[in-house]
Amino acid sequence: MPEREQVRRREGGRAEDTVVEEAPVAGADTAAKLKNDLDDLLDEIDEVLEDNAEEFVKNYVQKGGE
Amino acid sequence: MALAKILGIETEYGITQLQGFVDPVLASTILVNAYAAARSGKVRWDFFDEAPGRDARGAANFDAMPPMVETHLANTVLTNGARFYVDHAHPEYSSPECASALEAVCFDVAGELVLRRAVAAASQMRTSEFDFVVYKNNSDGKGNSYGCHENYLVDRRLSFDAIVAACIPHFITRSIFIGAGKVGSELREEVGNEIPYQLTQRADFFEELVGLETTVKRPLVNTRDEPHADPRRFRRLHVIIGDANMSEVATFLKLSTTALVLAMAEHHALPQIDLMPADPVSAFRQISRDVSLRKPFALKSGRLVTALDVQWALYEAAVNFCEQEGLEMLGSDGSGALCLERWEMVLSQLERDPFEAASTVDWVAKLRLVEGFQERHGLDATSAKLRAIDLQYHDLRPEKSLALKVGLERLTTDEAVREAEIEPPLTTRAFFRGRCVSRYQNSIDSANWDSVVFDLGSDPLRRVPMMDPTRGTARETSALFDQSPTAADLLHALES
Repeated sequence: MPEREQVRRREGGRAEDTVVEEAPVAGADTAAKLKNDLDDLLDEIDEVLEDNAEEFVKNYVQKGGE
Repeated sequence: MALAKILGIETEYGITQLQGFVDPVLASTILVNAYAAARSGKVRWDFFDEAPGRDARGAANFDAMPPMVETHLANTVLTNGARFYVDHAHPEYSSPECASALEAVCFDVAGELVLRRAVAAASQMRTSEFDFVVYKNNSDGKGNSYGCHENYLVDRRLSFDAIVAACIPHFITRSIFIGAGKVGSELREEVGNEIPYQLTQRADFFEELVGLETTVKRPLVNTRDEPHADPRRFRRLHVIIGDANMSEVATFLKLSTTALVLAMAEHHALPQIDLMPADPVSAFRQISRDVSLRKPFALKSGRLVTALDVQWALYEAAVNFCEQEGLEMLGSDGSGALCLERWEMVLSQLERDPFEAASTVDWVAKLRLVEGFQERHGLDATSAKLRAIDLQYHDLRPEKSLALKVGLERLTTDEAVREAEIEPPLTTRAFFRGRCVSRYQNSIDSANWDSVVFDLGSDPLRRVPMMDPTRGTARETSALFDQSPTAADLLHALES
């Protein structure tokens, strides 16, 4: 598929170069940050998720629409 | 210049009640009426022009089952030019006609505000027995689906066959950035519990290639030929395949990339290579079920491609097209340039690692929650808790909405959304409709997409047609409204 190869070299190539240069440090930092963010988020979900998930999901019944 | 891609988006919301039995039709009716009473007063919808059975393929199809027009249910026109009503058993908000995808995103989010206010208004009626909860999603997880439909103004000269050829490759592959995500599959008889997660809410429900139906045997391309405008000049492409998005960037990409693909079709500027899947319905389902985005499907030509391959080909063609034709058909607010920028960005992210798109793509943001939660609590993939996360992602209550917690990027501001709840778009005919509703409410019998019907008390009813969606703008009609304190003044001025 020549079209796509051309795009990826032209558009994606720059981004990949940048990532390669900074990858070792930035990658690890970003991954750690993402992991922390997700942990915080999951703490929040533990708090707000409907108590009885089974009932909650079972009771959500809709009629088809459109 | 290319035909302006006027567009709009309509969302059917899921509705339930915290306590007790819910009659969804009654619940939806209470919501619409409570909002109308509290906010906007009430202007009726006019059904004069409704013909959802008209088929773009021409000949009447007596086997088809077009949706019924339900004239007895609550139905209102808002001051922002939108329609807020009960469709079957759901509250539905149809945005006003917008001149760009960015504008439409703002009016779509204003719809969420309308629903939140409607819930609050209903809870204050008589007793507090109406404690409704509303979800911006497309399925109840039990085989019942409801839609989020898009509408695009298309040049009538573009044949319907050409529309189908242009749309199918895009419709099924755009799922990779507009899918709202779903835990499991609703085709359990067919796949059991083999599908832990899907990109789209809707792929389970599509069975045909092309057709008039929206509620059964759903087709990838809907043939409803109801332009709500001059039928000699315009088509309105009614798109039923999409998911309702919580991500503003996803809604923006859905609307802007599709508008661009249609503009390319009007200019015969689509890629010359074959992008038509050999079996589009199966390809749509397969793409929806592949979170790796790596599994190829066959094109008619026999070539194997991924959804990303098809999207890159369309993106590349779009860049070339816009170099030739400009970006004005996508609006004058920068939507065109932003479309190309965000389209390239999201495809690059998805190609490297889908999780890079977690702040803009709903299925990725939701999958991150589902997988994280599953791992933390050591849950089975079929756990009800994971399905609860799926559902609660779409909850419109700010304190409950999981979509509000995952850090989705915004394209609107709260202030702009609050204004869009009240004020119509400035550069389409929605301006005329909205202004008529806000200024002359007591003299309007009813309104719809292409006309406003006045009742001055003595004369016969007077219909003011609006057959061109690009006319009736603020620039064209503001002075007229300023000079017309009453509806009689307005009608007199329009006739002179």
